[in-house]
This record gives sequence, C-alpha cells and structure tokens, in this order.
Amino acid sequence: MGLSKLLQGDTGGQWLLGILVVLAVGVPICNLWVPETSFFHVSTYVVTLLGKYLAFALLALAVDLVWGYCGILTLGHGAFFALGGYAMGMYLMRQIGDRGVYGNPLLPDFMVFLNWSELPWYWHGFDQFWFAMIMVMLVPGLLAFVFGWLAFRSRVTGVYLSIITQAMTYALYLAFFRNEMGFGGNNGLTDFKDLLGFSLQSDLTRIILFMFSIAALISGYLACRYIVSSKLGRVIVALRDAENRTRFIGYRVELFKLWVFVFSAILAGIAGALYVPQVGIINPGEFAPLNSIELVIWVAVGGRFSLYGAILGAVLVNFGKTFFTAALPEVWLFALGGLFVLVTLFLPYGIVGLLRRKKAVSS
Amino acid sequence: MTIRVIVISMMLGLCPITWADSHDLNVTVAVTGPKDKTSGFKALVSQLSVKSLSKKKITVEAIVKLENDRVRSLLEALLEARLFYGKAAPHPIYIVEVVDQGYQLTDAVSGQSLGIVAKKSIKKVRINNRLRRLIRGALAQKDLRAADPSVRLQAVHTMSKNMTPAVVALFRETSKHERDEDIQLLMLAAVANADLTATDGAVRLAAIKVLAKTMQVEYVSTLKGLLGVDAEGIYSESDRQVITAAKQAIKEIESRISWYENIQTLFFGLSLGSVLVLAAIGLAITFGVMGVINMAHGELIMLGAYTTYVVQLLMPEQLELSLFIAIPAAFIVSGLCGILIERGVIRHLTGRPLETLLATFGISLVLQQLVRSVFSPLNRSVSTPQWMSGSIDFNPVLSLTLNRLYILAFTLLVFFVLLMILKRTRLGLEVRAVSQNRAMAKAMGIKTERVDALTFGLGSGVAGLAGVALSQLTNVGPNLGQSYIVDSFMVVVFGGAGNLLGTLISGFSLGVATKFIEPYAGAVLAKILVLVFIIIFIQKRPRGLFPQKGRAAEG
Repeated sequence: MGLSKLLQGDTGGQWLLGILVVLAVGVPICNLWVPETSFFHVSTYVVTLLGKYLAFALLALAVDLVWGYCGILTLGHGAFFALGGYAMGMYLMRQIGDRGVYGNPLLPDFMVFLNWSELPWYWHGFDQFWFAMIMVMLVPGLLAFVFGWLAFRSRVTGVYLSIITQAMTYALYLAFFRNEMGFGGNNGLTDFKDLLGFSLQSDLTRIILFMFSIAALISGYLACRYIVSSKLGRVIVALRDAENRTRFIGYRVELFKLWVFVFSAILAGIAGALYVPQVGIINPGEFAPLNSIELVIWVAVGGRFSLYGAILGAVLVNFGKTFFTAALPEVWLFALGGLFVLVTLFLPYGIVGLLRRKKAVSS
Repeated sequence: MTIRVIVISMMLGLCPITWADSHDLNVTVAVTGPKDKTSGFKALVSQLSVKSLSKKKITVEAIVKLENDRVRSLLEALLEARLFYGKAAPHPIYIVEVVDQGYQLTDAVSGQSLGIVAKKSIKKVRINNRLRRLIRGALAQKDLRAADPSVRLQAVHTMSKNMTPAVVALFRETSKHERDEDIQLLMLAAVANADLTATDGAVRLAAIKVLAKTMQVEYVSTLKGLLGVDAEGIYSESDRQVITAAKQAIKEIESRISWYENIQTLFFGLSLGSVLVLAAIGLAITFGVMGVINMAHGELIMLGAYTTYVVQLLMPEQLELSLFIAIPAAFIVSGLCGILIERGVIRHLTGRPLETLLATFGISLVLQQLVRSVFSPLNRSVSTPQWMSGSIDFNPVLSLTLNRLYILAFTLLVFFVLLMILKRTRLGLEVRAVSQNRAMAKAMGIKTERVDALTFGLGSGVAGLAGVALSQLTNVGPNLGQSYIVDSFMVVVFGGAGNLLGTLISGFSLGVATKFIEPYAGAVLAKILVLVFIIIFIQKRPRGLFPQKGRAAEG
C-alpha cells in the first residue's frame, strides 16, 4: 500500500503530515539560522516545548488506537510511557559516567548515595544505545503482553478492565517510589549529560531530538493509519462495536485485542523515550494514575475516532496546560475538569466530530 | 475482669466512660480513716516545722502509717516542695499553690482554703533526698493497698522499674493479698525475676515457672541470661532442670507475645479494612445499581471531611459534640453534591459507563481545586474529641486505640443501616428492582430517574460519612479523596460490584491481608502485592468474589 493510497480520503491526516513536514523544515531554520532579534526566531525553549508536545501526541495516538478503535479504555498508558522513559533514562544515566557528583565511573549518583557497591543486574547493558532502544520497546511491550494476555483471555472488559489497568499503574507508581527498586526512588533519574556523545544542552541536539520526534510521530501515524485501514483494523472496530458477535463469527477476539494493546504500549514506550531527553528528567510522578486519565482526555477532546484528532487534542490540551499553569495556575484544574465534563457531555466525538458535523451541515 | 467489662460495654457504644477517665481516679483514693485519728494527725503535722531533719524523718514515718485521707495530699505537697509553715509561733502548716499575686494557702490538716498571702510571710518545709525516698516509697505502698485496681496497677508498674530488695520484699508480701490476678502476676513476676539470681536451685526453678506465665520482653532477656555459655559451650548454670525450664519458659513467653502481636495486627488490619469498607461502600451502591463508576467519590469523601472541619470551626466550645453534628451534616453535604452530579451530568450519560468515568473524573478535579481555593491547599487538622482519644491496654503487647475501635463500630453500624435500607424499605426494593432490570422496573411504574438520583445521593452521603471517620485518623487536605479512590475501587471490584456484603468482606480481608504482609515486606510493597493479587484475581473471577447472579448480571 503506497503512501498516497494510505492517505486517500484522509484529509485531516494529509493536513497533519503537511504541517509536520513544514515544522520539520521550518523550526530548525528559524532556530539555528534566523537571528535572535528577528520576529521569526524560534527559541530553543519553544523547540523543546514543541518536542514535548510531539512526544505527547505520539502517546495520544497510542491511546486512541486502543480506546477509539478497539474500545479498551486504558488507564495504564501513562505507565507504558513512563517505562519507555525510564529505559531511556537508564541509558542517559549510564552515559554520565564519572561526571556525576560522586564521580563513580560505574554507579549512578543515587546508588552511591544508597551505599550500593555494584550495579544491579537489570542495569547491565544500558550503557549500549541499541540495547536501551530495544528495552524502550520490549519492556512496555512485554508488560502489555502479559497483562493483556491475562485480562483479554479471561474476558475482563469495560469498566473492570479500566480499573485493573489503573491498579497496574498505581502498583508501578508505588513501586518506583521505593529506593530499593534501584531507579532513583522519589527523585527518579535526572542530571543527564549527553546522548550518543551529543550534549543534551546544545541547541543542535535539541533540534535533532525535535526532528526525531517529528519522524517518530509521522511513522507512528502512518503505522496506525495502516493498521486501521487494513483488514485487521476492520476486525478491531467490529469487536469494539459488538464483541460477542465478532467472536461468534469466528475471530479470536482476544488475540486481536492483545496485538493492538501491545503495539500501542510499544508506541507509548517510544513516546516516553523521546520525552525524557527533552525534558531532562523522569520520576515516579509520571506513573501517577492522574496522568493516565489525563491523556485519555486529550484523545477525547481531539476526537477519539480519528487518529489526527488524538494528536490535535494532545497538542491543544497541553498548550492550554502550559498557558494556564503559567498564567492562571488556579484556573487550570477547573479548566481541565470542566473540559472532561463538557467534552463527554456535548462532544462525544471531540473537536474532529464537531468539524465533521459542520461540514455535513454545510454540504 | 473489670478491663474486659469496660471494653465490651464500650464496643457496644453503651458506656461513655473511657479508659482515660478511670486513670484519673488515682488522684483521689477513697480511704477514710476513723475520726479519732484526726487529732493525732494534727499533732504530727504541726511537728513538721522543726528544723532537724532526723526529727522530721521520725514525724514523716509516723504520718505515713496514718489512715487519713489528707495524708496523701500532704506528702505529695512535701515531695513537690509546696509545703510551707507560718513564721508565727504555732507554725501552722500550709499546702501552697503559686499564683500571680503570691501564695494560695490551704490548711494542711483540714483542707480548708485560706486565701492568698505574700511570699515572705511563710517558710518552706525543707527535706533531703533520704526523706524524698521515704515518702515516695510510702506513697507507692499506699497505692499498692488502694481500693482501685488501676491505682494498684500503676503503683506496681512504677515500683517494678526499680527493684530494690525492699521492693522485692514488699511485693512478695503484698502479692499474697492481691485479689486481681493480673496485678498479682505482675508482682510475682517482678519478684521471680529478682529470684533468678538466688543460690537455691529450687527457688530459681519456681521463679522460672512464674515468669513463664508472663509476656514481658525483658524477662525473656533475663531468662536468656541464665542460659549463658562459656567458651567450651558449657552452661554457667549448674542445674540441668533450671536450664530446661528456662528454655521452656522462653518458648512459652515468646509464643504468647507473638499470639498477642497477631491479635494486634489483626486489629490494625480490621481498622484499615473498616476505613476501606467505609470508603468503598458508597461506591458499591452507585456502581451496583447504576453501573456508574463515580471517580468523584474520593472527593465526596473529602467534602465530608471538610464538613467535619467546618462544623468544628463553627462550634469550638462543643468539641465533644461536634462530631454528632458533623455526621448528619457531612451526609447531607456530600449527598446533595452527589444528587447534583447525578442530575447535572451522569443522567445524560446513561449506558456509556466509560464516558461517565471520564466526566466524573473531571468533576473530581473541579472539586479538588474548589477546596484548594476555598480552604487553601494546606492540610487542616481536625481535633479528636476526648472520648475518642486514648487506648485500651490489655497487656504490654496488645493495646487498642479507641478512635480506631469507634471507627470500626461506626463502619459496621453504617453497613447494617444501609443493608436495612436496601432490604426493608420501599426505596431499597425499588433500588434492587432497578439494578436487576431497569426496563422492567420502569414498566412496573417505578420512577427510575428518581431512584437513580436517590441512590446516587445515598452512595454519596455514605462517602461523606467516610470523610467524617477519616478526619479522625488523618489530616484533612485536598488530596484526601485521591489517596483513597484507587483503594476503594479495588475493594469494590474484588468484592463484586453491587454487593454490599461482598464489599464488607473484601474490604476487611484486604485490610487484614495488607497488615499481615506489612511486617515482612514493608508498607509500600505490601500494598503493591495486594494490588497485584487483585489484578490476578480479577482474571480468575472477572466479576469479583460475589458476582450478581442471573440474567441481571449480563450487560
């Protein structure tokens, strides 16, 4: 299936990819070559902020795939995101080497602080970039596989599934707070120096990370688009709408669900891995059940039955968050809470649904 | 057993007397002596003004032997350097209370208040350390003979901290007449502990037998001292019988301690369970009947806790009673808020449980921020009334805190009231009908919308009650609800949605399980293990411990 065929009839997707390509070209130019005094200069702060939004957008895409298309309301994708982030963070930690406060060439600072004498077994290999990248996908994927295999096989559905995904997130949240886990406890992993030899503080590295985020989002979008427009996608939508009927027709419903769930978890893990080097920290707070619910609302705001809607929602809500938490911190939770209520009450299909309805009315 | 009687009556909520109250009794010991001794007392007291310490000692020794109810206050005043005498000739003796204007005098013999005098008009009765020891010993001895068992118990505790040969002898003598078995054992054990160093092997053996009945950790260590070995592994103790008996005694004491520790853990578990049940039971109602997952449930709990706080602010004078006002107030506040949520939002989302989950989560955020804006984000502490503070100490190992006991009882009360509402009232009948088959109930003429609103109000009101209880255990803050919401969902899901009894059993068993894992794994890991257990459990029984049966279960 060629690119043109994939995007056929997907006006939103075409727009999205267009904008992303424009950003990929425009932002580096405006950051590196346009002088700082110019109106068109984009500061590194903004580049990093955009990069963060892109990581969130990829995460929203992952949630949309399982929730919007497969009907699994997951409250655990924040955990997959954070696991990917931690895998990346472990690599970045190992890269610090002896430049830490304690100057230990092997152990990260927090382990020296805890009087640990050797590296725990699960930290081995993370000094290699390729290994860390495999782990970024493998760890969330494996967790999703085990969890999904158990849950879908025993036909845990609906609200019950949501609640136990939340329980999983909550358990991980508590676990990562423990110092004994060997992931830096409360403080998490931070104070990163460089990635593949490039300093994380330099503008060029930030731009490269930004480009990578765009590339990841474009590939993620295309992959999801491919899935939902394939035959597999049809089955997924069918089981969302009538699970029992799909099962009786002869499809192994749980295997389809499992496949989508694992794929989506891997996407979330990659999003986490892109997020961490850009914000420079990963801590157990990312596992908070609140985060997982919040990202569901990004998707709901944008429109849960369209992939570009999820991306739109993620960017809009996070932009609102950045704006409100800086300008009117008191108002933010009111706004977010109100958004939850209003969107579910009046915009079941999100902003995209609103646009589509307008279009239908005008034609 | 007096202790047990008090406990039982308190558990039933019949007796408002608390343990703390009965402790206060040791101030006034009702030992009334014959009238004719008053004159002797008066004569002796007047001799206290002499300078010579040796003469004073003789006087004190005589006073100690008197059976007069003024003796105690006199000796206590002497010990605390509050006993003075007048400078003028008969040198009357006063007990003195220091006030701003000078000294507030009380006649030491009659106990009459004599008004306030200037500091210079009277002189202090001086004593030395030997006299102090004498008085302390005498007071303790008096306590050992007191009528109130709690006073005697206190005295034994105080005296056994310093087991001089005199105390050993005293205990040995007094224990023969002691009628309370617990106190007697305490004394005998203290004596036996001292007897362990006796030269006679038979005495040591008898002492060990006494110690085997106790459960103090310190006796285990003295017994272990008996089992000391030298470099070649030979016991320093020569008597083989003593060694075997000591080993046996250590085993007995330790097993007794661990038995009571288990009871203690069980109590903590039940207490945690009662909080979980209270937090989850409202959720069980709303989820069971309406299939609505109310994520704002935690915030309704929080509202209940804040209502308690506000009620206390409004009536600072009646702190003891404020809780009884707070309970209905919290029920109404949270209940009304719940009805508002149902009418405003949830009604429009029927049949879309996942959307309801999101919308109610939004409401929870709004409520949190609202509380933060109104009451500040800082934690507020709600004070516990006097009758709820303190604890019941059964023995050195087992002590039950009163506020947790009351909350346990409150939980059971709420549970049974709810059960009665659901089983015995018209509303309950309608609620059950709607939960089993909404369409059919509607066809029968039940106003399902009204039932929905009332059910939701009921569930929310119970959340408010949980808030009142929680305010007595932790600080009240905007995040209070959030920290309980995941736990309450676990309880409901584990117990089986829509099943009150299931929620009760699941709450208590999760609480007890958590507390029993805690000593081995630590608090956080225990919680994680319980969560993982529930996740796995749900795979085996997707509808919880007690699922709804029949056709109503599908859907």
